[in-house]
Amino acid sequence: MTKPLSIRNITAHYGQTKVLEDLSLDIAGGELVSLLGASGCGKTTTLRLVAGFLQPTSGSITLGGKDLTKLPAHQRDIGLVFQNYALFPHLSVAENVGFGLKQRGISGEAKTKRVGAMLERVGLAHLAERLPGALSGGQKQRVALARALVIEPPLLMFDEPLSNLDAKLRVDMRVEIRQLQRANGTTSVYVTHDQEEAFSISDRVAIMHAGKIMQLDTPENLYQRPANAFVARFVGFENLVPMKVVARDGAKITAEAAGGVKLTLSLEHFGAIPDNFVLACRADGLAVTDNPGAEGIPATLGLRTYLGRAYQYQSETAAGTLVANGPLSKPLEPGSSAKLVPVPDQCTILAVE
Amino acid sequence: MPTKIHPALIGFTALVFIFLVGPLIIVLGAALSDTTYLTFPPQGLSLRWFQNIFEIDAFRRTILTSLQVAVISTFVALLIGIPASYAMSRYRIQLPGWLSTLFVLPVLVPELVLGFSLLKNLAFQFNAPIFLSLIIGHTILILPYVIRVISASLASFDFSIEEAAISLGSPPLKTFFTVLLPNVRSGVIAAFILAFITSVNDVSISIFLTGPGISTLPIQLLAHMEQFFDPTVASVSVLLMVLTVAVMAIVERTLGLTFLAK
Repeated sequence: MTKPLSIRNITAHYGQTKVLEDLSLDIAGGELVSLLGASGCGKTTTLRLVAGFLQPTSGSITLGGKDLTKLPAHQRDIGLVFQNYALFPHLSVAENVGFGLKQRGISGEAKTKRVGAMLERVGLAHLAERLPGALSGGQKQRVALARALVIEPPLLMFDEPLSNLDAKLRVDMRVEIRQLQRANGTTSVYVTHDQEEAFSISDRVAIMHAGKIMQLDTPENLYQRPANAFVARFVGFENLVPMKVVARDGAKITAEAAGGVKLTLSLEHFGAIPDNFVLACRADGLAVTDNPGAEGIPATLGLRTYLGRAYQYQSETAAGTLVANGPLSKPLEPGSSAKLVPVPDQCTILAVE
Repeated sequence: MPTKIHPALIGFTALVFIFLVGPLIIVLGAALSDTTYLTFPPQGLSLRWFQNIFEIDAFRRTILTSLQVAVISTFVALLIGIPASYAMSRYRIQLPGWLSTLFVLPVLVPELVLGFSLLKNLAFQFNAPIFLSLIIGHTILILPYVIRVISASLASFDFSIEEAAISLGSPPLKTFFTVLLPNVRSGVIAAFILAFITSVNDVSISIFLTGPGISTLPIQLLAHMEQFFDPTVASVSVLLMVLTVAVMAIVERTLGLTFLAK
């Protein structure tokens, strides 16, 4: 009984300030979609709109075909996990988990059994009688997770659930969340500003900026084939070089960047290349070499930093400052001349915006 | 290693303490005096001036009135103050900043002005009964305290807890009683006590609003002093002090006094 969530043309305001603009998002039943972006991008607003804590100015939200837009928050039947856990401080762990069941008229034996089974699943059965104040951060978040899952909601939503935990626990917990979500097949929305977290846990990720979804895709596609400059920068393409095709020759093109820098690119790798485009490369996608015969962007090397797997150079070129990596076997001195050779696997072509 | 304290500091502290507590001790001594006039140190020891309070009909009646007014106006102030504090904390971002200042304004206005204004409006304009005027006056007097104390305890309340309850299917009003109130309970108790003490000890508002037949204990005390200068005055003062200290002791025992300072 997995239910798809459909957000259609939502516009939302805080007072006079527009925070979401004509946002649409479809999440398939059982799918986990992350909303990823910096603070103020509208990801939490989207979550609060779906939860019913905010009302959209226009647009609709449906879950499994049922219109939620006008439904009060307490009737939406959504499991929520908060950043600061939001456990009831005056209730025991078992009472916290049982709270949602109680609201649904489930009590006595049935409630005790379900709460017990749920606490067993998150590994907290031995802490059932504790008050939340006596739990660690990780335990609190497990209680919060159990509390949201026990009501078997058709939709689970997570609002930066791991950002108050330390790094190691964060990784463990996200695996745990993903496993529980998979096992239950619950449609889920996961809000985070942590790219690694979003990519590791999600079926698809929506990268948000200024109240809009910049790209909604699988982590693999986002990482390798960003659709626009914003997403490219977001996923770590440091170098964006605007270029213009000057010659086409079968499977190869020659393009020119500012300052007369010329590069030959293979269509085989990049597919169709429009006349004007932006070449986007990670630092790994520009290989530094001191071989003067190599075909690449001529550069004067600047500051060198040690990355562990490579040396990174701030490189001055006719097309601007580029960041490129060179091999550990051959450290080059700042001020020396070199060529930056694009590595096709680590580069992508963007349309001019 | 014990820190060495300068003797002058000890002396100064002792002086401050005497300055603060001295007058109270003098009143207690005077109340216990066996004379028919106020004197200190007491000459002979007697509890007859305490007994005298309850023998004078006016004192008996005003003690009862004071307690009634305090209980009712405290209750009314909580009824208004809790939802007001809630709204101001919950919607702090949306509400204008001066609103919370507005609610504590009655504390800043001299109480005499407030009392006079109430006299003019309630008593003269609307001809309100004395008891009702007292309730209204005291409610206005103590409401800012109630709002301050409850707002302080709400300041540390995480409203996502409330949202968690709502998302789990608890309607907003029910959530207020089952989730919010239990978590600010100590604040409500503290507000109750502070409001109660303020009401019982009030003179400046009550003096305008009391009238023929109905008075409060502090006002009756003033009236008594104008006619008699016997130790009853001191014993009533001691009675008010004991009441206040007793209430404070309960707070200290149950919640800790740091709570009121929050």
